[in-house]
Amino acid sequence: MDIGILAYGACIPRRRLARKSVADANAWFNPALRGQAKGERSMCNWDEDAVTMAVEAARDCLTGLARDQIRTVQLASTSFPFEDRLNSGIVAQALNLGAEISALDVGSSQRAATAGLAAVLQSAASAGGQALFLASEKRRTKAGSTLEMTSGDGAAALLIGAGKVIAKLVGAHSRTVDFVDHYRGQGFAYDYVWEERWIRDEGYAKIVPATLAGLFRKCAVEPGSITHFCMPCTLGKVAASVAKKAGIPEGAVRDNLHAVCGETGTAHSLVMLADALAVAKPGERILVVGFGQGCDALLFETTAELQQLPPRMGVRGYLARRREETNYNRFLAFNDLVTLERGMRAELDKQTALSTLYRKRDMILGLIGGRCGQCGTLQFPKSNVCVNPDCNAFHAQTDHPFAEMSGKVNSHTADQLTYSPDPPAICGMVQFDAGGRLMMDFTDVDMAEVSVGLPMRMVFRIKDYDAQRGFTRYFWKATPAGAAKEA
Amino acid sequence: MASGIRDKVAILGMGCSKFGERWDKEADDLMVEAFEEAIKDAGIEKNQIQAAWLATAIEEQHVGKSGIPLAQALRLPFIPVTRVENYCASGTEAFRGAVYAVASGACDIALALGVEKLKDTGYGGLPQRSRGALNSMFWANLSAPGSFAQLAGAYVAKHGCNASDLKQAMAHVSVKSHDNGTRNPKAHLQNKISVDTVMNAPMVAAPLGLFDCCGVSDGSACAIVTTPELARSLGKSDIISVKALQLAVSNGLEAQHNSWDGSYFATTRIASTRAYAEAGITKPREQIDLIEVHDCFSITELVTMEDLHISPEGGAIKDVLDGFYDADGTIPCQIDGGLKCFGHPIGASGLRMIYEMYLQLLGRAGPRQRKQPPVFGLTHNLGGFPHQNVCSISIVGRYGA
Repeated sequence: MDIGILAYGACIPRRRLARKSVADANAWFNPALRGQAKGERSMCNWDEDAVTMAVEAARDCLTGLARDQIRTVQLASTSFPFEDRLNSGIVAQALNLGAEISALDVGSSQRAATAGLAAVLQSAASAGGQALFLASEKRRTKAGSTLEMTSGDGAAALLIGAGKVIAKLVGAHSRTVDFVDHYRGQGFAYDYVWEERWIRDEGYAKIVPATLAGLFRKCAVEPGSITHFCMPCTLGKVAASVAKKAGIPEGAVRDNLHAVCGETGTAHSLVMLADALAVAKPGERILVVGFGQGCDALLFETTAELQQLPPRMGVRGYLARRREETNYNRFLAFNDLVTLERGMRAELDKQTALSTLYRKRDMILGLIGGRCGQCGTLQFPKSNVCVNPDCNAFHAQTDHPFAEMSGKVNSHTADQLTYSPDPPAICGMVQFDAGGRLMMDFTDVDMAEVSVGLPMRMVFRIKDYDAQRGFTRYFWKATPAGAAKEA
Repeated sequence: MASGIRDKVAILGMGCSKFGERWDKEADDLMVEAFEEAIKDAGIEKNQIQAAWLATAIEEQHVGKSGIPLAQALRLPFIPVTRVENYCASGTEAFRGAVYAVASGACDIALALGVEKLKDTGYGGLPQRSRGALNSMFWANLSAPGSFAQLAGAYVAKHGCNASDLKQAMAHVSVKSHDNGTRNPKAHLQNKISVDTVMNAPMVAAPLGLFDCCGVSDGSACAIVTTPELARSLGKSDIISVKALQLAVSNGLEAQHNSWDGSYFATTRIASTRAYAEAGITKPREQIDLIEVHDCFSITELVTMEDLHISPEGGAIKDVLDGFYDADGTIPCQIDGGLKCFGHPIGASGLRMIYEMYLQLLGRAGPRQRKQPPVFGLTHNLGGFPHQNVCSISIVGRYGA
């Protein structure tokens, strides 16, 4: 049985920072930034990080599919919100995958996603079941740096397994070389980067072709048969020259999304793969490259199953769900790159009681509510006594997941008084179409578009950040559902 | 069968401190200020008080927990003192405790005192507090104005009215209260404002602007209660008695069940209906003479007019704009200036409202006295959020009426 990709998904945050705004703010110091002031990069809202984007990408990937065959979840990133707490475990809990799974965080390199994916594919045959492989990145970059210009935030998700694959694995090949184009030491917030010309000529130009040659030899595949060449690189024309050197047709080199998204760190190889899968036809060959202290190359061939996959947002869907950000100061504030006067209301102690969170993990991370077995009323939170005044049955509720339910705005406001990292705090009562309601925070929304009756969907986001202790608190928020239908 | 509280308990004396930014006063200073007025009014000795209830809601900002702060401030002679907290209904809850104690016969004379010293936070608005370990994890990030503002959109959606007409009526609510506040030396704010000022004020939580919101202040108010018989034997001839004390507390229905549309207070409707029955009032629009409601925000007052069954459902905008609730209208609302001008020292507010009723019923309200002293006065508190709250209603009136 073929091993490969069963489904794909992606997540690109809605906000796009115009690179011109970065240049306008910083060119006084570094005039060279003017030359990079084209297009835009995706940027996380204040309530998004590598974990929330991974959850969203996973949900996109699992659109219309059952989750009960997933046996392992892996998350690749170099920007995990937690250094010691299983980040993929948070994702698994948010997706309500149950405890009978394995989970692993893969990190430490821009090649983490491709290396992790290769390993998952390798073990898929013997492991059985499905693996959910996620890559997500929100890199911290210094203000006015080239990395700030070229990076974007985003995530991709792949469901891996055997059987009805949409793209089967043809083969994979890796080289490991301690080529340090950049690094980030323990305790340091930002990358230290070496000269671009050296990275291009000694790194990409030598290490990638050698890897590809190894792959083609191993798989006995003609480079000319490649239809989609997914190779992230922010340096100009490098992917094209690597393709040429390797014998890959020029037309196969895929857009690295620099103009509309930026490079999403270790996630980017898979973001480009997901983007390719959205347009690929059955029988095409997709070559994916990951670069970082060596190189991974993975070759897939699409199958007829591709056309059976339920429609999903994918990379282009999320890119279409766009809101331009021209205020560079907001980007600085969201990324803690400026000491903003946040007011005394921001000083509230946000300590999270870990015992409470554990007890209520299904409710808080999984948005599990209750369904009354007596009267059928859906309610959140689940409780001992049914809220229906005509029922009020004791101990009759079973778990009911609310995350994928649709709802509508019942009431709303834009709160200027309460502390929010992005005031005003927009929130309101969301009434679920199948029953139940919750007064909740709205996100990725403009006040002008909110009205009573507006359809909403749930998204997993940061609720609060406890800066005193470094703890990120997650919960679900509501966002206009229309935005998700554009794909 | 319970017979209710009607005419079982009389108000012997009341006191109210000046409300405002009392930078030079501690909570105990404010308690003493209100108490001295009340004990003098009651014409008794402090040691005749047999039990006391202290209302304070955000105690971590000033006195701390327990009944001790009241016992210490007044040097009460080791009598029972109970601290109560029930959101913004706290003051009325203290009053209920004292009134029930007297009605039960457990004691002859009881004290209810509310105090709040909120102006030591360093910023405007109510203190930002933790909501509890679990609530903090899932409650929406919204302030008090943020939650009450949501009534407006839901009200417009339900009644199909024009949002700008609603905002106009909300502005009238605030302008009217400020007019009334100018005649009250104890009010925090004693200035007139214009409709334009309200309409053009900076937004706090859409559609609530700055002047749609009540202020935050320091203050204290108290009541000494006894039986009508004892009041008479203590020399009182004009007796004001308690007609009804009702409380309705959300059980999660509004927050979690889709039967509530977000445009009204389910609790107020229930509590007021019960209060009228307890007081023997069958036609509130005709029988109630004066009301003091919880005007934390203009929209709250407007919607409450309907929930008290005085304005018809969907009819509050018209009544408000017609001047029905103005000081010279049919049923004045906030004749003392309301929360809008007094600010909202949470534990004190309910008792401050009853204090105004008491003065008006006795014809002692000075420049803002209704020409025809009222017979029945109603006070209302609403604590929490529209979607989960505590509502208290008290009706006081002339004994025997």
